[in-house]
Amino acid sequence: MTEKKYNMWLSSVPGVGSRTFINLIKHFGSAENIYQSSFSELMDSGIISEKTAESISANRDKEKINEYYRVVKNNGIRVYTIFENEYPKNLKYIFDPPPVLYAKGELSESDALAVGIVGSRKASDYGLKTAHRIAERLAEAGITIVSGMALGIDSAAHRGALAARGRTIAVCGCGLKYIYPSTNFQLSQDIQKNGALISEYPFDTEAFPAQFPARNRIISGLSLGVIVVEAGEKSGSLITADFALEQGREVFAVPGNITSPNSKGTNELIKYGAKLVSRIEDITEELNIEVIYKGNTNTNCNEINDINENEAIILKYLDRKSGDKDSITAATGLHPAKVMAALTMLEIKGLIQQIDGNYLLV
Amino acid sequence: MIYKTNTCALYGIEGHVIEVEADLSNGLPGFDIVGLPDAAVRESRERVRAAIKNSDFLFPQKRITINLAPADIRKEGSIFDLAIAAGILRASMYILNEALEGFAFLGELSLNGSVKGIKGVLPMCLSLKEKGLRKLILSCDNADEAALVNDMEIYPVENIMDMVDFLNGKKVIKPHKVDLEGILKNNSTEEYDFADVRGQNTAKRALEIAAAGAHNVIMLGPPGSGKTMLARRLPSILPDMTFEESLEVTKIYSIAGLLKDKLYLVTRRPFRSPHHTMSAGSLIGGGRVPHPGEVSLSHYGVLFLDEMPEFSKNVLEVLRQPLEDECVTISRVGGTITFPAKLMLVSSINPCPCGYYGDASGRCNCNPAQIKNYLGRISGPLLDRIDLHIEVPPVGFNDISCSAAEESSAAMKSRINKARKRQLERYEKDGIYFNSQLKPKQIPAYCTIGKKEKELLKNAFERFNLSARAYNRILKVARTIADLEGSENIKTDNIAEAIQYRSLDRKYTL
Repeated sequence: MTEKKYNMWLSSVPGVGSRTFINLIKHFGSAENIYQSSFSELMDSGIISEKTAESISANRDKEKINEYYRVVKNNGIRVYTIFENEYPKNLKYIFDPPPVLYAKGELSESDALAVGIVGSRKASDYGLKTAHRIAERLAEAGITIVSGMALGIDSAAHRGALAARGRTIAVCGCGLKYIYPSTNFQLSQDIQKNGALISEYPFDTEAFPAQFPARNRIISGLSLGVIVVEAGEKSGSLITADFALEQGREVFAVPGNITSPNSKGTNELIKYGAKLVSRIEDITEELNIEVIYKGNTNTNCNEINDINENEAIILKYLDRKSGDKDSITAATGLHPAKVMAALTMLEIKGLIQQIDGNYLLV
Repeated sequence: MIYKTNTCALYGIEGHVIEVEADLSNGLPGFDIVGLPDAAVRESRERVRAAIKNSDFLFPQKRITINLAPADIRKEGSIFDLAIAAGILRASMYILNEALEGFAFLGELSLNGSVKGIKGVLPMCLSLKEKGLRKLILSCDNADEAALVNDMEIYPVENIMDMVDFLNGKKVIKPHKVDLEGILKNNSTEEYDFADVRGQNTAKRALEIAAAGAHNVIMLGPPGSGKTMLARRLPSILPDMTFEESLEVTKIYSIAGLLKDKLYLVTRRPFRSPHHTMSAGSLIGGGRVPHPGEVSLSHYGVLFLDEMPEFSKNVLEVLRQPLEDECVTISRVGGTITFPAKLMLVSSINPCPCGYYGDASGRCNCNPAQIKNYLGRISGPLLDRIDLHIEVPPVGFNDISCSAAEESSAAMKSRINKARKRQLERYEKDGIYFNSQLKPKQIPAYCTIGKKEKELLKNAFERFNLSARAYNRILKVARTIADLEGSENIKTDNIAEAIQYRSLDRKYTL
């Protein structure tokens, strides 16, 4: 068996976290040595408790390890261990890097230039729109967008990056066998093609609440900076911001209405010194990223001439505020049939998008 | 000497003429009914005996044999009472009418001799007419219903005395007539009007399309957004019924016994809204001798299933066949019967179990698995048969408080009637009435689209990730939209609008 298999085995032993893993390796030299060690040798190292040592002893089963390795390979999962060069550099030097990373899709060199975007799952229209826009603009500039594939802001960020045909990485809180939330299945497929789904958890680990805050450290760890788009008072996104600070990464926050519960967390972050984001340059300048926009930033330029009278009226309205079909009909005074037709055309042209029944400008 | 009269038995929605033969012979007094009668028919012996006695006639102290022919059809119910009584009275010479064989009798007897109304008079009357029996004596309660069939002489009687006097020529009863024109013109005002609904302009528009093309509809929206309110108003914009349609629906209602004390001709399209605790049998029809279910009672009308996921799964699944075939065939030991079921399915559904998914207030606590489970209760094949997905957003304060006049149902209906007329003319030779009935192979002929429209559809499929099943639905709906506009060609705008009504086919976003 290769050392990689031993590494995969050790990281999947219950009770062995990322710190224990590294301490054990430091002490024994390699995972294979740990596998060969007896219970008393493990206890003698003084690193681990009796319970963990028992767990390691009990889980020694070559057949199982080989079987597990085969399942992982058959599912097209790549495995990166911390001792390999392909392992993301940004992540390697945080306090508790995951010893083994499972990935669906591919990590690339260019992912060193990454920014995390996180936020509330129950985001407002404003939050979704902003997350989508920031991700799109950053991805256009060649920056990889890292997020957690949760509902709300996370999904919007991934979608934004995909819309710009950029790279994006989703850090999952469960094994890669499962997609959580399952409604994001299609999104997960798209991410795989344009980046990767990664997880520190063994392939068949089910989603469990405690795993989600833990994966936040990977989101910030992979990124040069973390942008919190919308976060309530006690949001998981604030945990990510804390990790980012611990790991010495930049923290950005998108300000919001002071009365909005969705922006309490972000406004608070700004109060305590997070960088306020109001333009895309706020991020790129702070991170010293030189942005060369690929020629024409607005890919829909040609088609704008193509819009008809009704579409123009609707665009003008959406420029001021977003709204659902009915409010657009009421505000513009157009016949519902005309509005419906125009909305389809605008959406096909990529000028507007619909989120939860609301239409907004792209 | 035997004497013959006629009556009718019901089988599904068809009537069968039954000959009643009465014979009195000497022997031990007795009263027998033969010819496959069921328990209720045998009971009629007692009713007939008492009714004749209490009408001041002598019940013949002879051996009475009544034969119901043909003997191979199972007879049930109390409809034969009057015919049996007439046969006995003729045989005992209380009735001296020589032409009794040309009469048909329908009615149940009360012990005091009065004649009561029965169910299913209209279909029976139609089959009597077919057999050439034009003279019909029945209860006053059923007279209006029977008179709907033209060229029939309907003689309503109160009791046996009336009948005997009439048949003996002692009393004149004029053939009963109804004012058909008057009934059909009876445009009594609708209870509900779309003018009462504030806002929801796009949903109203979608329902207009649905009504014009008889498309099946599912409405998606949070509680309180007005899904039920909208559905209740749908009958007010459904196109007018033709007389043939009325007659067919009335037949079904007649059998189901739903015509009593009501309009005897169903002139408005039915709107059925069964509770979600219903069983599959009550939806589709059933019973030892099959009776029409809700799908048949919604024939040419609307079946509204409010909160569709609350219906049990097996109930929803039985809908698939009638939606496809436009009829229901029910097989029981008692026989196999086909009821028509050409209906428009209107259903409503919340976006999640709590109902507030996607609400701006963020009060929805449902997790994705719950939502998937909830929406998954409506199976793909069933959803496949629904043309229009209508999103009904919550109504804002501005909409409710707004005093601007909303469009009335009458205005919508006039447009719908025009669109309906176009469809009737177009499909004259195809034996269909609505765009929703177009079969896949008919679509290329009637829903021709140009190059520009094809391009648009292609882009839309890519952009919105629509499923293949959406393609024909979009074309059919676009056809109806074009009909509402009064145009023979489907334009890009029509297709663009039709695409908006496929929201459930789109990827579930965020």
